Amino acid sequence: MKTTSFTKQEWDEALQGLSDSYRIFVPIREGDFHMFRPLENGIKPDFDFQNTRISPKSIIYPQSERMFEYTLEPEDPEANILKEAPKDYSPRAIVGIRPCDVHAFRIVQRNFDNPEFRDPWWVKHFESTILVGLGCNRPCSTCFCTSVGGGPFHEEGLDIMVYDLGDRFLAKSLTEKGEDFLNKTKAGAPADQPALQAAEDLKESVEKAFNPNVTMDHLHEKAVLDLFNAPFWEEVAFACINCGTCTYLCPTCWCFDIQDEVFAKQGDRIRNWDSCMFPLFTLEGSGHNPRTKKFQRVRQRFMHKLKYYVDKYQDGVQCSGCGRCVRYCPVNIDIRQVAALMNEL
Amino acid sequence: MENPYLPYPVRIDEVITETEDKNLKTFKFVFINPGDEEKFSYRPGQFAELSIAGKGEIPIGIASSPTEKGFVKFTVNKVGLVSTYLHNMRPGNVMGIRGPLGNWYPWEEMEGKNVVIVGGGFAFTTLRSSIVYMLHPENRPKFKDIKVVYGARTPGMLLYKDELKEWEQRDDIEMHITVDGTNDPDWKYNVGYVPPITEQKITSAENAIAIVCGPPIVIKMMQPVLAKLNFPPERIILSLEKRMKCGIGICGRCNLGDQYVCKDGPVFSMAQLKELPPE
Repeated sequence: MKTTSFTKQEWDEALQGLSDSYRIFVPIREGDFHMFRPLENGIKPDFDFQNTRISPKSIIYPQSERMFEYTLEPEDPEANILKEAPKDYSPRAIVGIRPCDVHAFRIVQRNFDNPEFRDPWWVKHFESTILVGLGCNRPCSTCFCTSVGGGPFHEEGLDIMVYDLGDRFLAKSLTEKGEDFLNKTKAGAPADQPALQAAEDLKESVEKAFNPNVTMDHLHEKAVLDLFNAPFWEEVAFACINCGTCTYLCPTCWCFDIQDEVFAKQGDRIRNWDSCMFPLFTLEGSGHNPRTKKFQRVRQRFMHKLKYYVDKYQDGVQCSGCGRCVRYCPVNIDIRQVAALMNEL
Repeated sequence: MENPYLPYPVRIDEVITETEDKNLKTFKFVFINPGDEEKFSYRPGQFAELSIAGKGEIPIGIASSPTEKGFVKFTVNKVGLVSTYLHNMRPGNVMGIRGPLGNWYPWEEMEGKNVVIVGGGFAFTTLRSSIVYMLHPENRPKFKDIKVVYGARTPGMLLYKDELKEWEQRDDIEMHITVDGTNDPDWKYNVGYVPPITEQKITSAENAIAIVCGPPIVIKMMQPVLAKLNFPPERIILSLEKRMKCGIGICGRCNLGDQYVCKDGPVFSMAQLKELPPE
């Protein structure tokens, strides 16, 4: 494994040079926010950001994705028979992804790629992607990755970790895929000892100053029915307007709906992100709905992330601590406070 | 990589209107591609997604038995977009079936035991599958007494009427058919709701497993009856319904606590359900 030092200009040029070999996604600034976009002509990456408003989950798991296509043309012998929709699985790279969002991919991987069923689209998109992380020099006030098993410079799941040292980037390959990516840049220089030391010092000083301290240590030992029947759910949900922003921005929310769409005689079966915040999510054909009330849906969201997932996989919560739901909730519902309520019940 | 979302193409072979209100029809499907029938190897209690291009999918219990070869059968209530469209389809039409999905009744555990089957309304489909399966000459010796209580609102609302008559004649299965009410003077079976009829006709829980399917009210009213008969919660087996999409525990909507009804169910024992949030 190697560590390469790039001036910021070299790094930008190297990425441009690699865009023939990879579809590269980079953070760009749009208005007051950052978002991931494919690196194309005229696109200028901006690595001076805290985190993108919308997580990069859609690069692996699009908000709307064609599953199958079919014809309804009665004369066609293949009419009404579903065929796989063609997809692009050429190599791609997400450059500048934060460690929390990489942690989120590992969390949702358990859902999409399990011993019984593999979701072919998620798995193939994920396997064709290189993750080039960027350490967090300035974690947000709403971040709490260290409370859920991550950290501002957490390397697990990454192919390359990049340190922003002010005037240059230090890129450390962590996997063969990552080393191959760095080699292909044909730029930069091997990192010297002072640069390596600077990266080490940066990591240490950020980690020292970052102390979100959300406690979730008792969740696994709580009885599920005690938490489900806890007295605080109505109050937690009181201000919620069921807008679904939390589930939409959450990098670990994976629920989807399946719908058919037809234009003339050609149709697609499509899956779309869905949200447990919406009453339609569980409405049955008979008219029965197990979650008609707002507090039941809010409870489902937190119970799924902080209890059901914990019990099912025995390896932490379904939350990467990115803090997006805290930051963008229009009524200030805060998962850190709910976790504390549940943890202390 | 196998695609678990891709349905097997099937052709509708036969459509039977089951009930007097014409809201329940049984569809017999044959697989279009040779080999698919073998891949669709199922056990009674499982379900499948019926897939109609341009409309969508619906999760429906498998009504045929694995001992019946050459076709699969589903009985579908007309309630929404897909089921209404399906009700207007005809023999020869092409659609899809995705599955088999979910778990099944505990067949290994039921061997050597008495089996009590309780069904109310149109939730008798996977119970039909189970009865046909158990009555097959190869399987019948594996089970002791088989007793069935099955009720519907009226005689015309009973499913599988010809088979009910046939089973009624047999001496290796005890049938207790009932209706909520009827003005048919020739009605020779029971009149009354399923729970009290069960209380009258089933006398013992000894060495027995009960499988109960029905609308929520029947499930609820059956609990005190089965408790009185001394069925422990581990030996009361239920099949649940939820809104479903993927059918393989991935899309996230049909959970009961950390269990997905589509993948970890739809069959649960009462003992399991007591540990899960009552949603």
